[in-house]
Amino acid sequence: MRGAELAVRQRNGVVAGRKIEIIKASSDAKPDVAVNATRKLVEQDKVDIMVGPLSGSEGIAVKEYSKTQPNITFINGSSGAQATTLVSPSPNFYRFNTDGGQWMVGLGKAALDKGYKRVMVIAEDYAFPYSQVQGFMTEYCKLGGKVPVKAWVPLGGKDYSSVIARVPKDVDALVVVLGGADAVNFLNQYEQAGGDKPLVGGSITVSQDILNYKGKRRDSLVGTIAGAPIADAYDAPEWKAFVADYKKNFPDGYPSPSLFALVYYLNMKATLDGLEAVKGDLSDGQKKYRDALNKLVLKSPVGDVKLDSNRQAIGTTFITEVVKDAQGNLYNKVLRKIDNVNQTLGMTPAEFKVGSRDEPNCP
Amino acid sequence: MSAANWRGAMNVQTPRPVASGRPPAGGTPAPRPRRFTNPIRPRHILVLAFLLAYPWFAPPFFTFQIGAQALALGLIALSLTFLAGAGGMISLAQMTVAGLTGYMVAIFGTAATDGVTLGWPWWLAVLIGIAVGVAAATFIGWLSVRTEGIYTIMITLAIGVAFYYLALQNYAVFNGFQGVQKVFPPTLAGVYWRAPTPFYYLTLGCALAGYLFVVYLLRTPFGIALQGIRDNPRRMHALGFNVTAHRVAAYSVAGVIAAVGGVLFTWYNGLVTPGSVGTGWLINILVIAVLGGLRHPVGAFLGAIVFVLLQNFAIDVIDRERFNLVIGVVFLVIVLFSRDGLLGWWAALSARMSTHRGESPWTAARKRSYARSSPSASSPS
Repeated sequence: MRGAELAVRQRNGVVAGRKIEIIKASSDAKPDVAVNATRKLVEQDKVDIMVGPLSGSEGIAVKEYSKTQPNITFINGSSGAQATTLVSPSPNFYRFNTDGGQWMVGLGKAALDKGYKRVMVIAEDYAFPYSQVQGFMTEYCKLGGKVPVKAWVPLGGKDYSSVIARVPKDVDALVVVLGGADAVNFLNQYEQAGGDKPLVGGSITVSQDILNYKGKRRDSLVGTIAGAPIADAYDAPEWKAFVADYKKNFPDGYPSPSLFALVYYLNMKATLDGLEAVKGDLSDGQKKYRDALNKLVLKSPVGDVKLDSNRQAIGTTFITEVVKDAQGNLYNKVLRKIDNVNQTLGMTPAEFKVGSRDEPNCP
Repeated sequence: MSAANWRGAMNVQTPRPVASGRPPAGGTPAPRPRRFTNPIRPRHILVLAFLLAYPWFAPPFFTFQIGAQALALGLIALSLTFLAGAGGMISLAQMTVAGLTGYMVAIFGTAATDGVTLGWPWWLAVLIGIAVGVAAATFIGWLSVRTEGIYTIMITLAIGVAFYYLALQNYAVFNGFQGVQKVFPPTLAGVYWRAPTPFYYLTLGCALAGYLFVVYLLRTPFGIALQGIRDNPRRMHALGFNVTAHRVAAYSVAGVIAAVGGVLFTWYNGLVTPGSVGTGWLINILVIAVLGGLRHPVGAFLGAIVFVLLQNFAIDVIDRERFNLVIGVVFLVIVLFSRDGLLGWWAALSARMSTHRGESPWTAARKRSYARSSPSASSPS
């Protein structure tokens, strides 16, 4: 939300001489709630452009709803499910952020460079981690890595002892794709159980939310490599300006914008840049506006973003490693930056299959 | 419980006053069902006319998201109003019954999730769904009728939460966290039944049928016996009623209502996920029922309307981070200042109105309270 607000504030709330009015609605990562909130915004509050939602299954549900409202343009919030734009895409649903699979491109090679030849995957059992694991394994398996065990755990799990007991002795590292409280729980229990394997993280495992965790165990995160569309320590001037702006606008926020802040910022900025390009002209069923969005090359803090034919972003992925700075704050150091990552991970659309529990597979 | 058993239980008739002049056994002033008076009042016709005309003046958003959603939720809450109001049994598992039915409709019918759905015709899926829902409700009843009061709440809550985790963690049948997407009503007779107006009438039809069914049921010997059991199970047992059978039967009947509501609510959402049967929703159904008032079946629908309006518009009153506070405060105020939800307010209001017409407040209030508690009840105990 801060990210979206920042994009509006940077323009002082005005695009092409018109004031932008933001109406907010709230959801709780449940698709039915997200669609209800969206329906209220579109049908009751009569918004012209809808930005959101946050999580994967919400995104799919809102995309389906967008098909029933052809005169409104929908722009994604931070939802990262592949199927949103890959399976029966909606002509008025745009996504200026890359998806969960794209965020992990390059991590397979980085893991092999670190000498991890065999890894175990521990991930939550739904669409977003599937795509994350796919993004990692597609490259990792191709380069000769092996994944003997994949443990799919329920979202919001509290007890990871059975998973920890299944960790084979001969794997070199654990690929942990858990978010928020789940990741913290897992890390605690893994350390208490005496685990010492290095970690490879998913994009939300090592986001700011986790790095700011104040517990004693946070040091176990140091050395973790991960793939993400964001990197705190990226030293391009655009990124530095963005971070400075974020801090200025939200003094009580995180020390550095979170992934969600960045992604909402990207989508909101694209929304406003598109409006600017057509001088706020939304006539003719927003046709001109959509053409502008299709052609838009978004100048973002993390490099240029453009859209493919499904209105899905092609953008940049960072491979990062967690290190500790002088004040003891953890941050993600950039190992590598990979530009122009597309949704099919470099494959042709025909070769590409949407990730699932068994796809891809290389035991 | 077999049907013969149940019939046996039912054949032990309500005790009729043997000789005129003697009070009915029991001594509680049980008013007779007003069978011979015409129960239809002008306000009933007004409300019905309003409900029928509603989609013609309300925008589609209000027809679908407010109207249809409130009716579908009201139907699920009605099953709890019936159980709690007439049977004195507070079950938190009514949303579980509704959600299970929704899952069955999704799994046996057509939906977007591959590998889970069987693609049978919609009517068969709906029938199977309702049958499974009723079976589950009966099972829940059979498990929980041995308990009373807070223990009933606990055991039904436990069943509800257990089902939530089953749905969340089982992938072979329930497809885990993601649930089943795109569960839509069929296109029948050239009408797409999920379009706002047809779907509104569909839910309205079901809700009216459920409402009238409960109103009727409360006047039948079964309904009277159930209320007797609510007020004094030991005495009813001594009179020869099979208390357990009546209670389990009440759960089954409530199961039918909740199952139909579950089908509608699943169609409304177009999907069913573990979130639809999580603790949040279990509690919400209780909130709706209590908010409206348990003394009359209409309370469930009143509660649902207030609930849906708050859910949608509280965010416009106050900023995004605080809107749940508004919802909570409104609930608190209603429950705090009225023992019987919105219906309690209505009763108090009409009692006061008749006071102004010159009656003494006490007799007026008492008359009103008796008139209203008949036939459905809940003389506050």
